[in-house]
Amino acid sequence: MSHGLVKRLSLCLCTALLVASCAKQNKQAFYNTGIIYCSESNPVTFNPQLDTSSTTSDASSHQLYDRLLDFDPDSGRIVPSLASSWLVSDDGLTYAFQLRRDVWFHTTRYFEPSRNFNADDVIFSIDRWRLNSHPYHYVSGGSYPYFESIGLAQNIASVERVNGYRVEITLKRRDSSFLANLATDFAVILSQEYAEKLAQAGTPSKIDQLPIGTGPFKFESYRKDHFIKYLRHDNYWRTQAREENGSDIASAQQNLSEAQNKPEVEQLIFDITPRSSLRLAKLMTGECDATAFPAQTELEVIRTEDDLTLAEKPGLNVGFWAFNTQRPPFDNPDVRRALAAAIDKNTLLEAVYFDSATRAKTLLPAASWAFQNDADDTAYNPVLARKLLADAGIAPGFSMTIWAMPVERAYNPNATKMAELIQRYLRDVGVEATIVSYDWATFRRHLQEGLHDSVLIGWSADNGDPDNFYRPLLSCGAIPSGTNRAMWCNDSYDKLLNEALQTDDIDERSAIYKQVNRLLYERLPVVPIAHAYRYQAYRNELEGMTINPFGGVRFGGVEKAL
Amino acid sequence: MLTIISFSLAYLFPGDTLENLTGLVPQNEMQRAALEKQFKLDQSYIFQFIYYVGNLLTGDWGYSFTSGLPLREEVGIAMPATIELATYAMLMALFIGIPLGYYAGIRCYSTSDHLINSASITTYSFPVFWFALLLILVFSLELDVAPLSGRISLIYDIEPVTGFILFDVLLSDIENKSLAFKDALSHLALPTFAIGAITTASMIRITRRSVIDVKHRPYIAAAVSRGLSSWQIFTRHILRNALLPILPLMAIQITTLITNAMIVETLFSWPGIGNWLIQAIYQRDYPALRIGMMAVSTVVITLTILVDVLNRMIDPSREKYERATV
Repeated sequence: MSHGLVKRLSLCLCTALLVASCAKQNKQAFYNTGIIYCSESNPVTFNPQLDTSSTTSDASSHQLYDRLLDFDPDSGRIVPSLASSWLVSDDGLTYAFQLRRDVWFHTTRYFEPSRNFNADDVIFSIDRWRLNSHPYHYVSGGSYPYFESIGLAQNIASVERVNGYRVEITLKRRDSSFLANLATDFAVILSQEYAEKLAQAGTPSKIDQLPIGTGPFKFESYRKDHFIKYLRHDNYWRTQAREENGSDIASAQQNLSEAQNKPEVEQLIFDITPRSSLRLAKLMTGECDATAFPAQTELEVIRTEDDLTLAEKPGLNVGFWAFNTQRPPFDNPDVRRALAAAIDKNTLLEAVYFDSATRAKTLLPAASWAFQNDADDTAYNPVLARKLLADAGIAPGFSMTIWAMPVERAYNPNATKMAELIQRYLRDVGVEATIVSYDWATFRRHLQEGLHDSVLIGWSADNGDPDNFYRPLLSCGAIPSGTNRAMWCNDSYDKLLNEALQTDDIDERSAIYKQVNRLLYERLPVVPIAHAYRYQAYRNELEGMTINPFGGVRFGGVEKAL
Repeated sequence: MLTIISFSLAYLFPGDTLENLTGLVPQNEMQRAALEKQFKLDQSYIFQFIYYVGNLLTGDWGYSFTSGLPLREEVGIAMPATIELATYAMLMALFIGIPLGYYAGIRCYSTSDHLINSASITTYSFPVFWFALLLILVFSLELDVAPLSGRISLIYDIEPVTGFILFDVLLSDIENKSLAFKDALSHLALPTFAIGAITTASMIRITRRSVIDVKHRPYIAAAVSRGLSSWQIFTRHILRNALLPILPLMAIQITTLITNAMIVETLFSWPGIGNWLIQAIYQRDYPALRIGMMAVSTVVITLTILVDVLNRMIDPSREKYERATV
């Protein structure tokens, strides 16, 4: 009996081990049919027009849809997408877009397109968020936060069909960030034919839950808290473009960049895993091929793993220390300069960001085309700080508040810690600072009411345009909307910003933004502290993963090597 | 009793009773009135309760706040996953625990008995969540032999038919069926082992105790004096007689087993009822909590009663009070 038992037991164990090892051997073979991405949360909808959260745009924008224009992830320039070319009129008010032909919408179990993408789809997609009178405007809530925040709908006078493949958009006033806004994650193109079919069936809201787009993947299924499944879009226009010209050697070179967008995998799966430690663990065991948002503390672990890649790129964001310029004595630029000189930014960077950020001189990060490398920067100088404070009539022992935001953001992963460090620096120059924090909603409400002396907060941009930093953060018009944390209003600043939008010449605009930077350095309503990196962790088998500094993750063109 | 508690929870939870009861959020007053009428909220509690039980029996369990899906559907997916896990763990306990228990019982107070006994005490004393974490650390992260989350790689498109993943894989019509089956097995390995090890340990101890008890009965002494070999004594007398007291004790194990399964689920992201309830707690999904509680208690009670009935059928002579003695 005893021997038999031991035998049986060891047999069981062997089988178990065998099963485990078999599974391991075959892992590669079957994992190659799909990419699994560990995402951090549930998308609110599958239409990025309706929501600005990055979870929603990650799960929809670049996977399911195309835009008229795209950002080149490397240079940040605007490149053609569904619009193959465009013309801007001399007065800068009319934009004529030539649309690409032979672009198919997704064929799924719930919709079969009968026609290609054309001008009607563009007009439908733009009019939906632009016009209150549009039949689809109020479907799914009628709120289009991105377009509302930049006031784009008010600036568009008309969107007109010239012919089937040509659309003209007329603006009311010049806006050189217009093209950049059309290239953001939010300006996706929906199918007008699908919308009509749904309207007839009486289920218009399905357009945002069962999406149809022209993107590299089509929607298959979604189970909340578990997964989203996408299948390859076999008729994807970038793929076709390559195949048709495949034999033509002359054009092969030209189509190389398009080839990079061909999805080689049959399916794409978003495995919804809210815990970042679990995402890392799954990445390490190969259950995920890529993960969203690795935590700062996990970066080192990822770097030491041989089969993982950690791609990093300066992100389009800025963390700063803003002074409430409507409260004395912070309305005095000398006081602000004194406080800025009292802190050592480099120490803050090391202690709070763990080498995952670059020092900020201006509001603009290096990824922006208007980045000014030789901009003026404040320096750590407590002697100067004390002198400036004394000159301004601030007696030692002066007390102020530093508001530290209660949430983690890439641009400031630990505002409380940063506030504590600043508190110590300020004590050195004779200023007593108290740290204030509320829960996030209350915090933002009180900030908007202007109850703070100074606040540690930041900004992440949605497109590559510099205006997306300068205007919401410090223009007079942004005070009521609650993004101008310094409550700072300066006429010459606003004038410069408007002037910059009047021209399409990038060099000319850059020159204007240099003046803006100079003005900001002199007046110092905010002290820019850091531009945090964006990180993307993935397994080495994935090829073609790029970090897109202007928004969501994209899997079109990502391949999986054996 | 359960339905009364579950019903009154709708009133005890914070928020609107109608919303807690149905999971539906009325968009306007007219809709609210219609819903109240539909769910008999305008009538006495007794009527409401009778209507509620009627709904439960017909499978109308209300809707989840967070996903908006019918709760019956959600529980229908989550519950089998838990039962599956618990079943395999129980099988493991039966096929490993009982033989080992017999072996230890027969050889009681020998070195091998002490070894088995102390091993089972050690395993039994492990908190299940810690044990599961250790397994993850060693087998998933260090050795990389088993995945650490889910029931099957999401790459396979398995349609839930029975709710048991292994059967569903066999029933499905996908290309790589054998690969999928192996994948499901490897996903099952660690969570099953985490729960199974602890149940096995207690099974060993129960069996061992029972065997030792039987060994000291007079009829064993009589058999020895008749000159039967120890193998004969074991097969003729000990095997059957020791097995009888084990069965009722299994009923007590069921509660522990399901509880452990629910804890382990959250660690392995196993999409079972435990994991589902935890999510519901995080998201304050009251209708889901109510129904989840009902479902789990119903399963535990049903299983316990089933084992009891089985026990009666096998051994009708057994007195009631003997059931709970360990």
